[in-house]
Amino acid sequence: MAQSFRWDALGSRDSSSRHAAMELIHQEVMKRIETMGPIPDPQSSSPPAMDDSLSSDLNALLAHVLMLSKRCPYEDIRKKCTCLLQKDVGVRIPRPVGNGPSRFIPEKEILQVSKLDKRIQSIFEDAFAVLGRLDNISLVMGFHPQYLENFLKTQHYLLQMDGPLSLHCRHYIGIMAAARHQCTYLVNLHVNDFLQVGGDPKWLNGLEEAPQKLQALGELNKILAHRPWLLTKEHIERLLKAEEHSWSLAELIHVVVLLTLYHSLASFTFGCGINPDIHTDGGHTFRPPSLSGYCACDIANGNGALEEMFGNQQVSELSGEVEVLMEKMKQLQECHDEEEASQEEMATRFEREKTESMLVVTSEDEECVPSRDVSRHFEDPSYGYKDFYRRGEHVPTLRVQDYSWEDHGFSLVNRLYPDFGQLLDEKFQIAYNLTYNTMATHQGVDTSMLRRAIWNYIHCMFGIRYDDYDYGEINQLLDRGFKVYIKTMVRTPEKITKRMYDSFWRQFKHSEKVHVNLLLMEARMQAELLYALRAITRYMT
Amino acid sequence: MEKLTRVSTISGRTMFCHLDAPANAISVCRDATQVVVAGRNIFKIYGLEEDGFVERLNLRVGRKPSLNFSCADVMWHQMEENLLATAATNGAVVTWNLARPCRNKQEQLFTEHKRTVNKVCFHPTEVNMLLSGSQDGFMKCFDLRKKESVSTFSGQSESVRDVQFSIKDYFTFAASFENGNVQLWDIRRPDRYERMFTAHTGPVFCCDWHPEDRGWLATGGRDKMVKVWDMSTSRVKEIYCVQTIASVARVKWRPERRYHLATCSMMVDHNIYVWDVRRPFIPFATFEEHKDVTTGIVWRHQHDPYFLLSGSKDSTLYQHMFKDASRPVDRANPEGLCFGLFGDLAFAAKESLMSAPPSVGDVGRKTYPGGDRRYPIFFFKKPDVTEQFEQVSSALSVFESEAGSSVGMDWFINTAQSYLLSGKPFGELCEHNAQVAKRLNRPQESTTWTMLRIMFSEPANPSLSSNHNLNKSGNLPLVNSFSMKEMSAALSERNKENRQDNLHSLETNLNNNDENEETEGSEGQAEYLFGDAELDDDDLYSMEHDNQAAEEPEYLLPQEAFPLRHEIIDHPSAPEPVQERPESPHVSGSETESTCLTSTESFSLISVSQLLFSPHLPPKFFCPIVKEMLCYYAEQGDVQMAVSVLIVLGDRIRKEIDELTQEHWYMSYIDLLQRFELWNVSNEVIKLSTCGAIMCLNQTSTTLHINCSNCKRPMSNKGWICDRCHQCASVCAVCHHVVKGLFVWCQGCSHGGHLEHVMEWLKHSKHCPAGCGHLCEYT
Repeated sequence: MAQSFRWDALGSRDSSSRHAAMELIHQEVMKRIETMGPIPDPQSSSPPAMDDSLSSDLNALLAHVLMLSKRCPYEDIRKKCTCLLQKDVGVRIPRPVGNGPSRFIPEKEILQVSKLDKRIQSIFEDAFAVLGRLDNISLVMGFHPQYLENFLKTQHYLLQMDGPLSLHCRHYIGIMAAARHQCTYLVNLHVNDFLQVGGDPKWLNGLEEAPQKLQALGELNKILAHRPWLLTKEHIERLLKAEEHSWSLAELIHVVVLLTLYHSLASFTFGCGINPDIHTDGGHTFRPPSLSGYCACDIANGNGALEEMFGNQQVSELSGEVEVLMEKMKQLQECHDEEEASQEEMATRFEREKTESMLVVTSEDEECVPSRDVSRHFEDPSYGYKDFYRRGEHVPTLRVQDYSWEDHGFSLVNRLYPDFGQLLDEKFQIAYNLTYNTMATHQGVDTSMLRRAIWNYIHCMFGIRYDDYDYGEINQLLDRGFKVYIKTMVRTPEKITKRMYDSFWRQFKHSEKVHVNLLLMEARMQAELLYALRAITRYMT
Repeated sequence: MEKLTRVSTISGRTMFCHLDAPANAISVCRDATQVVVAGRNIFKIYGLEEDGFVERLNLRVGRKPSLNFSCADVMWHQMEENLLATAATNGAVVTWNLARPCRNKQEQLFTEHKRTVNKVCFHPTEVNMLLSGSQDGFMKCFDLRKKESVSTFSGQSESVRDVQFSIKDYFTFAASFENGNVQLWDIRRPDRYERMFTAHTGPVFCCDWHPEDRGWLATGGRDKMVKVWDMSTSRVKEIYCVQTIASVARVKWRPERRYHLATCSMMVDHNIYVWDVRRPFIPFATFEEHKDVTTGIVWRHQHDPYFLLSGSKDSTLYQHMFKDASRPVDRANPEGLCFGLFGDLAFAAKESLMSAPPSVGDVGRKTYPGGDRRYPIFFFKKPDVTEQFEQVSSALSVFESEAGSSVGMDWFINTAQSYLLSGKPFGELCEHNAQVAKRLNRPQESTTWTMLRIMFSEPANPSLSSNHNLNKSGNLPLVNSFSMKEMSAALSERNKENRQDNLHSLETNLNNNDENEETEGSEGQAEYLFGDAELDDDDLYSMEHDNQAAEEPEYLLPQEAFPLRHEIIDHPSAPEPVQERPESPHVSGSETESTCLTSTESFSLISVSQLLFSPHLPPKFFCPIVKEMLCYYAEQGDVQMAVSVLIVLGDRIRKEIDELTQEHWYMSYIDLLQRFELWNVSNEVIKLSTCGAIMCLNQTSTTLHINCSNCKRPMSNKGWICDRCHQCASVCAVCHHVVKGLFVWCQGCSHGGHLEHVMEWLKHSKHCPAGCGHLCEYT
């Protein structure tokens, strides 16, 4: 088993111990290859009649080495792993499918970051030392080191540190949440972790196999993911008062934070088109490369040369988009005082945005096919948006002045799950305040208005209203394509396509699009969290 | 109604009225006859009457609901009784004039703030000056005679949560911020704050100037603290700090009471507390009427400390009478108890309680009467007339532990060091450990070890049966000598080794009989254990119920040696044993048969029917009891016993106890051992453990980083040669060969070499063998 390996020594900052660990791995791989014996005919399509578990073991091992050769933050390990894989030893060597952590963003651009920036490098090294891997999400977030650092810290605290829930439960809840959005990537990632911390593999067959206590969360998961405003104190009460299957308040807070985090992380994963990690299923292949040198997926990935050309053409056509946006921002800032909308006008603006945001675009009906059957992790898969958004459900309004994160949510979380409120608070603030004062090629721009518009638009989709915000601004600043992207990402992230990703803000850099994704993710998380916490508060009073 | 009364002419009572909607803030007019309540959906004025609130005016007029009515805060002018100001959630600041003839009383509307306005504040003496603080980080000062703000103050930090004009300093106001800062401003200088300090971690929700003390400012924050700052000095100083149980939403000084302030919380906690800041641990008074969070509190009159008004999210408006408040201090328990570092115990209680004669068993007790200077916090507090707390004088007693008494942990260390966990046959390990426990005066543990030996030793071991012989003899002392003779005769034909032990213990038994009488009392513990185990033991040791012995328990207890302990277990068996000794000792295996026979013979002289527990009961049979016993020990806090037994029993019991519990015990024991710096023992335990998680403890941080002794750089590769300076790194200073193995060096000059070489060298010289001239020191 690959798990029995001592991979963690590779995360050491000391090069000699890394070296020693690498030696060990090398020897082990060689030993296994020898026991396997050479494959008699590599051309034959049928696998050699050999001990199947042995070969799958070895494959897993090789896949891990392959992952290291690409993703390890240490240059020396990367080199050694590449060497190991290049040796002609008579077994099939895996090769990564697609290039890079994201389908949407060229690999070059992502990996460049870590080479240039010392800080990123050290964050990556830390993450690698803790997790023994560097997942694609972290790599993509690497565009924003300040956020990434906090994100990893929060995740570490949530999944590994002391908390009311046991370790395997945490991962299982993560799986449940991610499965709600059919996010194969997160599900796979946490299935591995779940097994590693000693979770019962039987649970993975479906929610029915899990203990009743966890099953009870299905409802909460469902509502939170799709219609959090429907959450009432009765739901909470049912969870807390279920005799021997009941949850404690502290546990419930932990659950709620996990669920909301993984819902929104699923949004991020789809929004940035995160590819499967190399060492997991679907991240690598043992097929020899095709003759053309291009794999079909390479082209779709935007990593081929063709795409570049194509992209350039588009950009030249659409230059000026950024300037228009900046002009609008400027106008809004200046004429803010002159044009004073009446109160009911403001209210209608909010309602308009809210109802409009409910209408889901269904033009792109590309169904993605999850490789692992993720749907079995949750019940009632039909509970989605399609059904009721077409009807245009009325979402009740939550005034943020009545229940806000800063005043109310924080206190509740911090009371029941000490210190965690602080971490979340920092995370929200970093996400909200993150700016480099740039827009595409322009420097020194105050983007606060734009960020606020995005944040409030997402909250508006959840029926959360800021009295002090003019929702007309949203219409001015966010164009249709962008709104479609946001809506899809928040409501049905699994439907995001590369076309949608490309079609908004065409001139902006990838790092800026990732920034937008971070904002979306945090705003969504906060919105869900607010509803969940409000229900808990109501239960408590 | 026009009065400038000092003392309220209206008396009153605790009363409330229902509002139609949750309140966000309340304010009273100067003469304390009316109160205004503002919230998202409510803006009304109520009159305060003798026996209730009377609605006077609804300020939400007009058909269209306007956000300008959605108030976050409201303030009634303290000079001009017709003037009110509200802060709206949409960023508007509105003033209202009750003297306007029409229904709409709105006078002015300032929409300069871009975000929600959190607070408005009128100047206490200047009629036309209004200050506002907003979420957008700005504070604005308005002159009510003008249409726009006269000056804008930028906090340069996050949102403003509260602004308050100083009551004594005409030009000064304080502002509190979401990032934890508090700023002081001069109204004439909008460019820069005068002072800034960080008051809390997280938002500062509120602040309030002391009505009399010029420099005092109270702040309350999300970090659940109320702090009182002294601003009169050059450095802002925190003088009092009160820790509450929830984030502090409002704080208001109590009029006429210098040290009192009222607080309410924003979340979770619905009560209003009045604190004496000098007594920060317990509220002076509590009002517990509200069912949801309290959002606004205000003292009814600025010179009347007896009435408090409060509005809440539960849509009620309350007037609280101070005399109706509950006083937590009355219910508080003025006793305290604490353990010291060295096992001392301090105990404080009311003097009246402590005057009772000291109870028995107070060893080394010292009483420190009130006023002892070693405990100034407790006793040097001068009774203050203004402090209305009940004066409780307490006496503090300190119980010092005597060296070697049970409070100390010496037994733990001794036991840990002397227990043998491996390396000998099972029986001997148990035997040894039983002796150790006995030596340390822990009879219960000692007996446990012996029992374990009996239970799990090979069935053929004659010691089993002979033990029972002893049992019986102990049971009926009358025939002791007799049975002993019999037995020794019988046994002498048998295995000699075992008998030796048994005889010895029997003799000690008899010899000790007198002493045992005395120690009886102290051994209640041991008895307890067996009482615990009795249920399971019934069917194992089922034997005739011995009524006579039951009537005279003293006779059984005094025995100290293990066989008798055993008897105690057996004794309280159920009247009707499930298993009426179907297997008599005669059934036992051929090898042991003769032994058993002899035993029964000897028994027959003592009592009629004796069931030895059958020698060929599988050891597995005992596992449930042993498991229970281990859990018992672990729960009693004696994890040492649990782990030691676990290790010694090894596979015999391991599968019975789930992995996690085992790991937990191991971890606790190892942790304890390491605290007592018993590294060797802890390492042995780790080595002997079978849990994966424990064993790998030994494998962490085993890397030793070394630097090359020549170039002082880290050695990176594995060889003996530094790859930077290409020299052998660790050369023995005596023989000049590379040291592969134990390398000893002087920490002064960092020269050294083979251990034996250096030892040799130091015999005839004190200087460094490398010739550096250093006088080497080795420990």
